[in-house]
Order: sequence, then structure tokens, then C-alpha cells
Amino acid sequence: MFYIHCPYCCEYREEEEFHAKGQAHIARPADPDQCSDEEWGTYLYFRKNPRGLHHEIWVHAIGCRKFFNVTRDTQTYEIKETYKMGEQPKVTSVSDTLETEEAAQ
Amino acid sequence: MTQINRLSSGGRIDRETPIRFVFNGRHYGGYRGDTLASALLANGVKVVGRSFKYGRPRGIVAAGAEEPNAIFQLGAEESTQVPNVRATQQEIFEGLVSRPTSGWPGLGFDLMGAAGKLFGRMLPPGFYYKTFMFPQSFWEVYEKYIRKAAGLGRSPRVPDADIYDHLNQHTDVLVVGAGPAGLSAALAAARTGARVILADEQAEPGGSLLYSRDLIDGEAPDRWLHNTLTELAGYEHVQVLTRATVNGYHDHNFLTIHERRSDHLSDRAPEGQARQRMHRVRAHWVVLATGAHERPLVFGHNDLPGCMLASAVSTYIRQYGVVPGRRLVLMTTNDYGYRTAFDWQDSGHEVVAVVDTRQNPEGPYQEEARARGLTLMRGCAVIEAKGGQQVTGAVIAPIDADGGRVTGATRVLACDTLASSGGWSPAVHLSCHTGSRPVWRDDIIGFVPGETVQRQLVAGAVDGTYSLAGCLREGLRAGVEAAVKAGYPSVPTAAPKVNELTEGEAMALFCVPHLKRTSRAPKQFVDFQTDVTAAAIELATREGFESIEHVKRYTAMGFGTDQGKLGNINGMAIAARSMNKTIPETGTTVFRPNYTPVTFGAIAGRHCDELFDPKRYTAMHPWHVEHGAKFEDVGQWKRPWYYPKPGETMQQALDRECRATRESIGILDASTLGKIDIQGKDAREFLGRVYTNAWAKLAVGKCRYGLMCGEDGMVFDDGVTSCLGEQHFLMTTTSGGAARVLEWLEFYHQTEWPELEVYFNTVTDHWATMSIAGPNSRKLLAELCDDIDLDRDAFRFMDWRQGTVAGVPARVFRISFTGELSFEINVQANYGLYVWEKLFEHGAKYNLTPYGTETMHILRAEKGFIIAGQDTDGAVHPYDLGMSWAVKEDKPFSFIGKRGMKRADCVREDRKQLVGLKTRNPKVVLPEGAQAVNDPNQPKPMTMLGHVTSSYYSANLGRSIAMGLIRDGFNRMGDTVYYPQTDGSVIEAEICSPIFLDPKGERQNV
Ligand SMILES: [Zn+2]
Repeated sequence: MFYIHCPYCCEYREEEEFHAKGQAHIARPADPDQCSDEEWGTYLYFRKNPRGLHHEIWVHAIGCRKFFNVTRDTQTYEIKETYKMGEQPKVTSVSDTLETEEAAQ
Repeated sequence: MTQINRLSSGGRIDRETPIRFVFNGRHYGGYRGDTLASALLANGVKVVGRSFKYGRPRGIVAAGAEEPNAIFQLGAEESTQVPNVRATQQEIFEGLVSRPTSGWPGLGFDLMGAAGKLFGRMLPPGFYYKTFMFPQSFWEVYEKYIRKAAGLGRSPRVPDADIYDHLNQHTDVLVVGAGPAGLSAALAAARTGARVILADEQAEPGGSLLYSRDLIDGEAPDRWLHNTLTELAGYEHVQVLTRATVNGYHDHNFLTIHERRSDHLSDRAPEGQARQRMHRVRAHWVVLATGAHERPLVFGHNDLPGCMLASAVSTYIRQYGVVPGRRLVLMTTNDYGYRTAFDWQDSGHEVVAVVDTRQNPEGPYQEEARARGLTLMRGCAVIEAKGGQQVTGAVIAPIDADGGRVTGATRVLACDTLASSGGWSPAVHLSCHTGSRPVWRDDIIGFVPGETVQRQLVAGAVDGTYSLAGCLREGLRAGVEAAVKAGYPSVPTAAPKVNELTEGEAMALFCVPHLKRTSRAPKQFVDFQTDVTAAAIELATREGFESIEHVKRYTAMGFGTDQGKLGNINGMAIAARSMNKTIPETGTTVFRPNYTPVTFGAIAGRHCDELFDPKRYTAMHPWHVEHGAKFEDVGQWKRPWYYPKPGETMQQALDRECRATRESIGILDASTLGKIDIQGKDAREFLGRVYTNAWAKLAVGKCRYGLMCGEDGMVFDDGVTSCLGEQHFLMTTTSGGAARVLEWLEFYHQTEWPELEVYFNTVTDHWATMSIAGPNSRKLLAELCDDIDLDRDAFRFMDWRQGTVAGVPARVFRISFTGELSFEINVQANYGLYVWEKLFEHGAKYNLTPYGTETMHILRAEKGFIIAGQDTDGAVHPYDLGMSWAVKEDKPFSFIGKRGMKRADCVREDRKQLVGLKTRNPKVVLPEGAQAVNDPNQPKPMTMLGHVTSSYYSANLGRSIAMGLIRDGFNRMGDTVYYPQTDGSVIEAEICSPIFLDPKGERQNV
């Protein structure tokens, strides 16, 4: 059972107080109506399943009700960092970096 | 029977307190401090079970958690039955009742023994895969026999009589195991001031010190043990838990400790006391001092009762004052094993021979053996045990230096106990629980804990350190290190002085060679609990199962309730030998929680019965109970389902409630509807984004129905939202969807649109909500409300007004879920029951009739109103529901769901659409979930068109009505579809509009 630091409460709390909400940093397309079916389908359904670092959203459901980001190792279940909505991760993997570069191109 | 094997003195038992207990229907005597195993051995009981596959007699092998055979069912009453208790870990108490869980049809009666040969042939290695994979139905035939024979025990058939607790704890240092290493670690950590929990599975802390021959500071270890425990007991920040097994090591240093508080005292826990506790501990640092399990050697007929672990024999002699036989043959690969021969001889009985598998061992142990006049047979091994129901002799032969083959003539020595020591396997179980893989060490011939991401240290035998001095030293070091890492200042603690004999090198031998090759030799057991032999493992590797994980699944090795604590390493060694590989090349062994079986009671704790799940009641609940309501669970809510009058059937009650509402007036407790208060200058904009329809122009005092969709365009909730102020709205949700909707709103606000100024709060519990519906509802409300103009043109449909009802401040909404003239009265929840009763006081003359969820469903279905989650299933968008009127496509912001419902598949014309259904026979009510087909005579599998989502008998219409999804349904009005039933009959129905009653909406427009 995880021990999670809520970046809003600034406390470690037991996993029972939280819900996991899936992959983080997926922005809703600015103009959905201009998206092709494929683009919309990718936004809706396609998610990473990395072996290693994963950035994901959690919510302090039975606490401050705030959503925040978690960088977690999917192999060891270590939580490397938690950070507020709108912030960027400090702990990243090579695949994160590659994707950012791809997106920039 | 008397305690023929009890020594006249010695042991840690309390000879002043004799205890009577029952095993397998017979009475026995023992002493306080005995385990079931030690007491049975004291009484000369050799056979305690029969084996799973071959039905062979089995005796006690070990003295701790690793025991594979003496697995008992406990409990004097049905409500106190506990399966899978290891006799080696269960203390006896007056009146204890136990029986073997294995051994069908009986220990003495050897049916299984005779049938076993046949049965064994039915269960070759790979049986599970070969037999159960195909044909699958065979499993049903085998299962009941296998389960019955396999000794899995049984759970009680009545509720557990005892209570169980959970205890949540935080600690700086959790030390697992109170042997010499763990005690030292706890002591060192405690002296720094760190909070320490020391947990040990045994009744008494001490571990190997409880039977050790070594001296600490020149004395038996008792004094050091006593001093250490006294010091620990003096610290307020230290907890020492005994009979407390750390059974799971989970992520982020979360460990569970299964503490048995009264299992050693009585069949049921003393009044008012919890029988067991589950400590849920978040530890800053953990010190694993879990020790090691001795490995038995594998040889022919090594499962005969009388074959035991060497250290177990020592434990029974020194800790319990029990010598399990008269004539001992000891086989060992190492010096430590010699101690058992010394202990046996000291108990006054005969050591027939010490059989050392090494060619030329020489050192202090051999010197002592010689000085004691023991017969030492070097370069030899016991290749086979002799005997029928128990050991009567040992077949001994010389073997070569690497233990590969027999090199000379055999001889047979008579004996009744055959102890073996193949060295030690560190108890790495907990270190494996979080995914760390143990690593092999050639120098200690065993696996030790591998790298881990947990804040974990190891000390003592679990890390391959077997000398007492080493264990004490490592414990002190680990204890200080853990405390310092947890933020405490280092306090040095000196290690005590230890006198122990120095051990020479051990031999890596696991399976003793026989004259015949393994497949022909007498059975050489590796895993006693699952009856896996060396031959079976060789067969597995020959059939191509090369990974140890595959070998385990093929043979079932390690799949018993002991998780293969004794056998796994031997099994790996045999697999490795068979494939000409080293053990590390063959793989590693991984253990999973729990270390030993845990009762469901301890897992559940107090979370059972009334406390299993919260129950939510509305303010009017006592009235519903008083008036005979039947209740339905909606989420955690208890909602009135219907209100039968004496003698009424459910259908009669529903018919009456439905008619009364449409003819005069009915009332529903609607308090459970989710209510979310929404405020902020961007609240209106936000609503426009999360609902499919328009909110920009909704005026204060007005209400509007809305559909909420996911990004995929599918409906997931609906409800009425009212404008309370320019920047203030009240949203209602389905009763079950309230929490989900609130989280959904928060999610979008926090992650996508944080720039919008809007706030959400749940107010569901703040309000009591009563909905009055029917032609007389305005008249009734008028009697209790004089400050709202109820005129049809002043207070219109979909308006809300602030006022007072029965003198209580109220919000009144003119909304309708029945199609009748209807008002929803909301008052502060504490006034709910008062207002409800006032309504009945005045409503009696109108025959005011309470109705529940079932009548609500019927009345709304008569009008074709949907229930999200019943008529929708996550694959239905607003157009499928015929609710295009609730979608406003030209809103400036691309609202949630808009793009989703424009996907190619979502705009197909022939999607499944929600329609009304009228059965050909008006008395027949379609079952919900029934599938429609065009032609009931088509071959199976039939092409299905969609399912019935809602179906009722409508008293108002005098017939059944239903709604359902039908492919291309909107274009098929008037068509007939067929619903084949499981009994072979077919229900015929006509597709129609789902609005069965008052299609123009005139009834509410009055
Ligand atoms: Zn928080």
C-alpha cells in the first residue's frame, strides 16, 4: 500500500485516501471539432504502459479533493515525486525526453 | 496414553500446569508451554497425517513455520473452526480440539495407502495441466476427491464467534524476528530513542537462543535474553510483540503483523477481547532478522514418520523436554548438525551413528564427537529409510566427494529417528514480497535477500551469518544503522562475548544418491505437502520445463500452504543437477505474501456485518420503517422500495401506489438524489462545458434538465440544475452517481480549466427532499405554503421558488419525474421528518400515498423518462436515446461529449436506439436484459438487436410496458421483434414510442 505525499496538504497520507486517475499530462485538444477521428481516438483511448517511470494523476479523494501528479516507477512502485497540477516533472526518463522532442518537431 | 517421550527435566515448559487436549478424537496430556507438535511427540504420536497424492503416513518434521505435515483443523465448536494451523506453532490449552486436515479417510485406516498407489498413478507430475486443461468437465469429477484428500481444511459453516481488530501503527524501526540478531537490533535501536516494534511469531522471544548450546558472557544464553527483554520492556517507545507473525512486506515499507492474542488460551477469545489483531505498520526502516530454515536431505523414503530436521530434534529436546525416539541416526553435511547428536546423547538416549557426507571433516565438532564416544561415519550417507508406518532403520552407504554416486556396499542400522541436516536456507520470504529477487551465495550454499528499493536492512542468518557471535554483532550494527537513518543519534552498544565451536566447511549436497537411478529408486520426497519427488522434478526437466517457475507449476512444488519452505531449494538443486546447470543458472525462488496462512477474521477486522459498508439513511427513514416500507439499496442509501399494506403482494402495492399518484397524489422521499452546490462567476460557463445543452440564458428562478456525457459522447449521468443566483447553481445527480459527478467536475476544473472561477461542494446530506406528484399536489401544497404564489402562470413548470412549507424555510421546485403536476420540496434535513408528517396530516383527505423507488420507476417509464445507468450502459449517446433536444451543438465551447458523438461510428443511422416495447400479450412482462431478434427460428448463435432496459406492469395502462435498445429502432416503429427465453418460449413485442402515457404532456401543464 502506497504512502503518498499530497503536494497540497504537504503531508504523507495512506493510499486509502487517494484514487488513481490515469496517465498525466494529456491535454484536452484546444479545438476538438478540428480533430480527425484518429486524433480524437488517440486522445480518448491511447495510453502509455511503460516499464519504469510513469507520470500519472491522483486525487486526494478523502482529503483536500485536489488532483495532482505523481511520478512512479511501475516496476518497483517507488514514488519518485509528486507535484501540483500545471507543474512539470523533475524526474524523467529517456522515453519522456524523446517524446517531448518528437512533439516539438 | 502417557508422555513416554517426555524427559524428566529440562525444557521451557511449565511442568506445574498440566493440560489436556484432543487430537483426532483422543485425549492427550501435555504442559503449558508445549506446542501441539511437542505434546504429540511427547505422547509418542508418530503419524499425524496422510499425504495428498500417495496417502502415505506422515509425521512431524519441523518445529516451526516450515512444518509441512502437521497441518491441523482446530476448534471445539462449529463457530471456532480454524483450518491450516501448523501444530508446531499452536500452543496447547485446556480443552483444545484438533484433528488432521489431511488423512482422509483416517490416520489408522490405510485405504488411501492401498488406494494411494492407484491414485498416485492418476496424479502424475503435470497432472493439473495434462488432465484439467481438457476436457474441462473432468475437473468437477476429480475436484471433490482431490479436495477431500488434499487436506485443505475447511472454514466454519456459521459466523465466527470471535472479534478481530486492526491496529494502524507508525514506527521508526520495525525489527522482524526476535532471535539473537533481532533482539540485538531492537536493543541497539531502542537505546537511540527510536520508536521500535519487535515482532516474533513464537510464544517467547529468543529464537535459536531457546535451544542453543552456546554460551553468552560465559553462561547459558538465558541471562542475556532475560536482561535484553527486561531492558526493552522498560522503554515506553518499544513494543515487543510475541505470537505475532510479520506475514507481509508491502510497498513503501508497509508491513502487516498477524498477532494471535488468545489462540493459546482458549477455543474462543475471553469475553470482550479480540482474538487476533492485524497490525498495519508503516515503518521508517525495517530490520529483517528472520533467521533461516534448516534444509532436510532428500533420500529414499525420507517421508517416513521419524525422519526429522536435525535442528527440530534439538528444539524438541532442549526447548520442550521431549525426545522424539530412542535410537537416533543423524545425517549431516555440516558441523552444526552435530549439535543434535550431542543433545540426543545428553538426553540419555542412544546415538546410533553420526553420518557425515563429507569425506574427511576435521575440527572441534569431530573432536567432541570422538570425546563423547559417538560412532562417526565419514564420507557416508543415509540413502534410504527403512520402515512401514515409521522409521525402523537407515540404509547407509559410502558416497563420492561430490555426492554424485554410491561408491561401496550398504549396511542397515536400526533406529527410530532419522535426523538430517543439509545446511540452512535463509528465510528470505519477506524480502521477496515487494519484488526483490534473492541472490545465491556459494559460500553459504543458500539464497540471501537481494537488492531492494525498500528501506530495509538485514541481520543474522537471513543474510547467511550463522554463528551466534556474528548474529549478535550484525543485529547491533543494523539496529543502530536503522535508527540513525530514521533520524536518531548513534549510541554504540558493545557485543557480548560468545563461546561457540568454530564450524568447518559444509558440503553442498541436496539429494542423496541411491544405488538405483532416481526414477527407479524408492521415492525421494522434496515437497512433502504436495508429494513432489526428485523423480517428478527430473521428469519435468526431461519434458522441457527448464525455468524453475515452470518446474514448480508442472510439479506443484511449493504450492502447498507452507509455500515450499523446506523443499524449494532442494527442488531447484535437483532441477539444476538434472539440466547440468548451477543453481543460480536455474533461477531463483520467490515467495509471496503471506508468510504463513492468515485467518480471514484478521484480514476483515471489524469491517464486517454492520461495519462492512456505511449505510446512509434519509431524514424520513424512521417514518418509512414505521409504515412498513420494504427497502432497496441504492449505492449506500437505504431507499423505500414500496410500502405494502397488510396482505398485499408487491404487485398489488405497486398497482395501488401508481394509481393513487395519477388519480390524486403520491409522495416520494427523493432526499438521496445527489446535490452539488456550484458557485463562482464562471459557474454558468462551466455548466455549458459539462452538459450537452445550453445554460447561458437560464434565469434565476429557473430549472433545466441536463445530460452529462464523457469525452466519448456517451451519457453517464443526468439531472436537473437550478439557477439560484447569477453565479449560483444547484446541480442534482442520480443517487448513485453523486460522488462520481463531483469528482468529474473537480477533475475538469482542476486539470483542464483552472482559469475558470468556480467552486463545487456536495450538499446532498444538507437537504431533505420530498416530491409530491398528482393532480391534487398543488392543493396540498397550498395548505402548507402561503408565501409562494402557486398559480399555474406565476409558478410555472421548471420554475423554483424560495418560501416556507409548514412554517419551515424551503426551496420548492416545480419539476416532474412522473409526468404529473409535481412539486419537489427541499427543507433543511433536520426539519425533513416534521414537514413530511405535516404533509401527511393535511394529505389524508387526498389519500396522500407514499411510494418507493419501484413505483417511481414505473411512473417515469410510462412517460418514457430514462434512468442513467439503467437505460444507458456507457455505449449510448443522447441521439441514441432520442434526446437530440438536450444537445445544443452550436455552443461556442466544444462541450464534453460533442466531438465524441460525432465519430464515424456514433453517427451511423442504424445504431442501437432506445424505443418503447409493447408485448403482444399485454399481461406478459418482458424480463429486463432479454435480447431481441428478428427471427426466433434462425440458427444459433442468433443475431441480436439489443436488450430490454426497463420493463414493468403498468396498472394505469392496464398492460405491460418496456423500453429497450433496438438496432435502427427509430426506423422500425410498428415492427415486431422476438425475445427468446431460456425456457424455450418466445415473447413477441411491437416497437413503439417510449412515451406510453400523455404524449402531449398535458397532465403536468395544469
Ligand atoms: Zn491533499
